Amino acid sequence: MASKKKQQELDGAQALIMTLSSLGIEYVFGYSGGAALPIFDALETVKSNIKFVLTRHEQGATHMADGYARATGKPAVVLVTSGPGAGNTITGIMTAQMDSVPMIIVTGQQVTWMLGKDAFQEADIFGITIPIVKHNYLVRETNELPRVAREAFHIATTGRPGPVLIDVPKNVSQSPFTGDLECEIDLPGYKPEKGFDIDSASIEEAARLINLAKKPVILAGHGAMLSGAERELMEIATKLDCPVTSTLLGKGVFPETHSLSLGMLGMHGTAYANKAICECDLIFNIGSRFDDRIIGQADKFGANAKIIHIDLDISEMGKMIVADVEVVGDAKTALRQLIPLVEKRKRPEWNEHLNGYKKKYPLAYKKQGGLRMQHVLDEINDLTGGNAIITTDVGQHQMWAAQFCTNDESFKWISSGGAGTMGFGFPAAIGAQFACPDETVIAVCGDGGFQMTLCELATAVIHKLPVKILVLNNHYLGMVRQWQELFFDNRESGVDLIGNPDFVKLAEAYGCKGINIKRPADVRKKLQEALDYNEGPVLINVECIKTENVFPMIPAGAALEDMLTEPPKYKMAKPVGST
Amino acid sequence: MARLITTTDKKPKPRPDIVDGHTLSMYVNNKPGVLMRICQIFARRAYNIDSLVVSQGRDPRFSRLTLGISGDPAGLTQIILQCDKLIDVIHCFEHTPEDAVVRELALIKIKAENAERRTEILQIVEHFGGKTVDFGEASIIIRIEGASDKVDASIRLLNNYDIVETVRTGKVVMARGEQVT
Repeated sequence: MASKKKQQELDGAQALIMTLSSLGIEYVFGYSGGAALPIFDALETVKSNIKFVLTRHEQGATHMADGYARATGKPAVVLVTSGPGAGNTITGIMTAQMDSVPMIIVTGQQVTWMLGKDAFQEADIFGITIPIVKHNYLVRETNELPRVAREAFHIATTGRPGPVLIDVPKNVSQSPFTGDLECEIDLPGYKPEKGFDIDSASIEEAARLINLAKKPVILAGHGAMLSGAERELMEIATKLDCPVTSTLLGKGVFPETHSLSLGMLGMHGTAYANKAICECDLIFNIGSRFDDRIIGQADKFGANAKIIHIDLDISEMGKMIVADVEVVGDAKTALRQLIPLVEKRKRPEWNEHLNGYKKKYPLAYKKQGGLRMQHVLDEINDLTGGNAIITTDVGQHQMWAAQFCTNDESFKWISSGGAGTMGFGFPAAIGAQFACPDETVIAVCGDGGFQMTLCELATAVIHKLPVKILVLNNHYLGMVRQWQELFFDNRESGVDLIGNPDFVKLAEAYGCKGINIKRPADVRKKLQEALDYNEGPVLINVECIKTENVFPMIPAGAALEDMLTEPPKYKMAKPVGST
Repeated sequence: MARLITTTDKKPKPRPDIVDGHTLSMYVNNKPGVLMRICQIFARRAYNIDSLVVSQGRDPRFSRLTLGISGDPAGLTQIILQCDKLIDVIHCFEHTPEDAVVRELALIKIKAENAERRTEILQIVEHFGGKTVDFGEASIIIRIEGASDKVDASIRLLNNYDIVETVRTGKVVMARGEQVT
């Protein structure tokens, strides 16, 4: 601890960086600017273990912090300047908030006496971000900075995680610090520890329903992963001989290669997972928020089943689906209490029945007649043994990656679920590679999404990160085109990405290795070549069939039983229940 | 109780799902921006805030909020939970007239140029336990306090006279007995 005399020599920015360092922050991703000058200076003057990564755009910084957090469970810091710098973080903050990702965003701000006067690069980022953060601060007193940083860290990482923004006016960061670096946090309205104190009556009622069920399905979500409930989930699933389906963000919390796994459910989930949900008599939801992409038409979801909902966040209860039993609390704690109360069962009939669906509706694709994204993803899964960290953008490639890249472990599937943010995959992969330097990290991107954040090629090259950037290039915004084909009489509007660059040349211009794949016969060999290259990033441009569609598909807002497993032979009504 | 909602439809239909008269109390951190966080939650779900009273608590680190809300009661439960989830909200409860005392105060300015009218007005005010707080040559200001329906009733009667303007504080609430507000 610094002596009182030494502390008086600090300024606010130094106190902030010292506090963040003492909290174990390892990486700061960011972009400099006028209002953040004192904080950037403190990165140089304060001795700490913090490593700063200069990105090429503030959005990239947020997605890198996001990828880092999803790969490790630990938050990183995003540091940007005021006004446009802060504004450019919005998409990334929203993405983190929607998917419960811990993150601390520090924004520079105009001096306090200029606030509200339209001063240069002034933006009310506190007001702007209120709806997309777990909490935020506008710090007006220099001596408050360490307490605010501690509170931000505590809020971001406990309970249901989320992003916390700290707006720091320049006079606050550069004024002398005379306070206490070791100050206590003061959050009377925040009690995450309540999540571990679960109502035993709800546990007993859940156990009673589980013991009565003949055809149960476990629905495992991101909450199960965040609570570290993998072992408990395996134990209860095998004890109950109960099939497990997972949400997009829950991929890996239960091994997808396990015989009880049904893979992902929902709009583009497996047919057998969706059929299991339609036919079961108990949906046992562990840490999923019943997103509209998995429930379809809410009043038909689980209409013939009892529903148990375990969620740490009480405000998720009854939001989309009214459960028969609501268990409010940490998933791992709840499962530990449930396991001794549930009866061991064997369900050969139910599981055989579902295995019949697995045989009847396998995830399949053709290897003839052009190069398909599914083929590439299936090969990459095979070559990596399903052990790579996969990040994705949003769209067709994302859904195919979810289907064909099987995850047997948590924190290896990094995808923007709730927000559906294009341009997320590549910077998130950079963040994940910083977090896990020895892992294979593959950014699965579409040609649309990659172009939104491709400037981060410079960041990956400078740090020699061996990220594999798989650009699945169909020269289309494929998912939107698929909807236009199915629901808008195939009228294409705003989806043709004519003018795509030569991605290999583009990569080479940044000093990044580039590989083209154009024929199905080359896929395995060239992917292996990319996987073997570890001196820096490698971009693999794959020229894919332009007009392939993702199936199975449940049109938005339709019931799960209305799932399409192949292209429809009739004209589809436009979806109205959701986007 | 159901009420009529005016829509662009020429024949307004009763909307039984829209209900008046929910009274929420919140105990929150006394800091700038807290009200913004709360109001955004109501606005996003299309709930109207009919009345809002904010004042410093006995402990100045905290503030008391009383909100009068109209909207679908089913969704309101979720909104209460979402408000409660805010870091700056210590707690949030819904109160009914049975479990809480609800009061408001109205100031009513009425033209009263002739003595006869003035006498009639003062009789009504007296009936409702009101007070005259300003006595001018051409108008008087009266103060009525009590439960919202009592304030409503007094204004309804005074509507027979020439009301210039009314200002209502909005409801304040306190839970009865052992219960916390």
